[in-house]
Amino acid sequence: MKQTPFELAHAREWDEFEAFLDKKPSFDPAEMPTRFRRISQHVALAAERRYSADLVDRLNRLALRGHHALYSNRRRESYQVLEFMLAGFPRLVRQEWRLVSAAAVLFFGPLLVLIAVLQQFPDFAHYLLTPEQIANFHQMYDPANRRIGMREADTNVLMFGFYIWNNVRIGFQTFAGGMLAGVGSAWFLGANGVIIGAVAGYLTHAGFSATFWSFVAGHSAPELGAIVLSGAAGLRLGLAVIAPGNLSRRAALVAAAKPAVRIMYGAALMFLAAAFIEAFWSPLTEVPLNAKIAAGIAGWVLLLAYLAFAGRARAAR
Amino acid sequence: MLDTTRRVATPEGIELTLRLAGPVPRALAWSVDLALRAAIVLVAMTLASPLGRAGWGVVLLTAFFVEWLLPAWFEAQMRGQTPGKRLFGIAVLNDDGTPLRWPAAMTRNLLRAVDFLPLMYGFGLVSMLLNRDFKRLGDLAAGTVVVYQSGAVDPSRKIPEAPPMPPPVELDLDEQRAVLELAERSAGLTRERVEELSTLPTPLVSGLDGARAAARLIGMANYLAGRQ
Repeated sequence: MKQTPFELAHAREWDEFEAFLDKKPSFDPAEMPTRFRRISQHVALAAERRYSADLVDRLNRLALRGHHALYSNRRRESYQVLEFMLAGFPRLVRQEWRLVSAAAVLFFGPLLVLIAVLQQFPDFAHYLLTPEQIANFHQMYDPANRRIGMREADTNVLMFGFYIWNNVRIGFQTFAGGMLAGVGSAWFLGANGVIIGAVAGYLTHAGFSATFWSFVAGHSAPELGAIVLSGAAGLRLGLAVIAPGNLSRRAALVAAAKPAVRIMYGAALMFLAAAFIEAFWSPLTEVPLNAKIAAGIAGWVLLLAYLAFAGRARAAR
Repeated sequence: MLDTTRRVATPEGIELTLRLAGPVPRALAWSVDLALRAAIVLVAMTLASPLGRAGWGVVLLTAFFVEWLLPAWFEAQMRGQTPGKRLFGIAVLNDDGTPLRWPAAMTRNLLRAVDFLPLMYGFGLVSMLLNRDFKRLGDLAAGTVVVYQSGAVDPSRKIPEAPPMPPPVELDLDEQRAVLELAERSAGLTRERVEELSTLPTPLVSGLDGARAAARLIGMANYLAGRQ
């Protein structure tokens, strides 16, 4: 069959299909799969018989749009959010426990070492922090402040916005750096561990320990946990690049990105919770130090218990 | 063939052709999106200015959402198109040609952070130039491609009517297609160019000058298309 008779024979069907895709109901939606298969056959015929480029293009476009209409998966996903928070996320973290542990060592290692070292050799802090930063921290954690962790003129809402904008961005960068064979994630984890450790060690030694620990205790669990998990998600990508196993590097990367980005959903929620606590609870001076430390410890216990146990019962069933 | 297309097999057993978009339209779309994001943040600044320093918190929250979440929302919910992509007629699809969903949209947008390194999407550009699908690093991990959304064919592109004339020699399918395509494109080319091209297939038009060769080829195209 030559091109023109072919076009004449099927033009009406194509027009109807196009109208259907433009949301003008030209036929019963139940016929859609059958009609799509027929159009698919026309695409194959037109290409095989070398009909003109414009006709092949038109049919290709119709088939592509039909493909989208037929295969766009509009499954309701809202119920999955709760399921993910209650079970899916902690399960995923347990599944990736090796990478999470590696990220935790990369981050908490320098952090804890520096806190300890700076108690003995406080001057070492000057290698890591600039004089301006030190002066700034003196101002933020001055025990005379009515609000800690911020300058007097700042408000909670400003700080909340700042923590979201800044801290979540750091988390996302830590994750994205994993694409560079994991080096970026490892670097961000280590560098943040060094800076946080230096500040904590220095301020503890310099006599600001009450105000500093009162400020950071409350949000430490979600915030530091989220940094570690972002790093672990980044290392997951990096590992796929370094050791793709039986897959091609590209396929390994695509496969690794799925769990990694799911970990990032959870990490982002943890950053959100941390920013909220950091902006509205941590600066309070009305609450006694003991209560804030207790709240901070409770946060760690809750977080670790959540990551260790949530979602286990359902997995066993 | 050297071409910026990607072929995707569907469950119906056919191959669909995706036309990949390269760095230039994507950079243009990105700059439009950047301008829109900046505009949103500026509006937020204006609206939040009466709130004083608390207003800055709102502005920073807005900046965070438009930078990280808004593009992913557009790509997951609006047929793979941010406003800039829509303007330039490109869209993001999964590798298999299906529409984008949240996980892939989030992956490629979070990984913009690494594509941006060391400055102005340096890694992203290098990655696009190193693989045949123009994928930046985020696209590699998310399994997505950026493609042109083919618009409707220009109706002026039709084979001009002429009395059908059988070719003097047997033509194979590719040769037939070349004749059909020349006839289809003839309306969009200058007359001189059509005539120049028409003198090339000597077995079909041997010894004819440009104008008569073009007329003869269009007649053969009419014959090959099956017009009576």
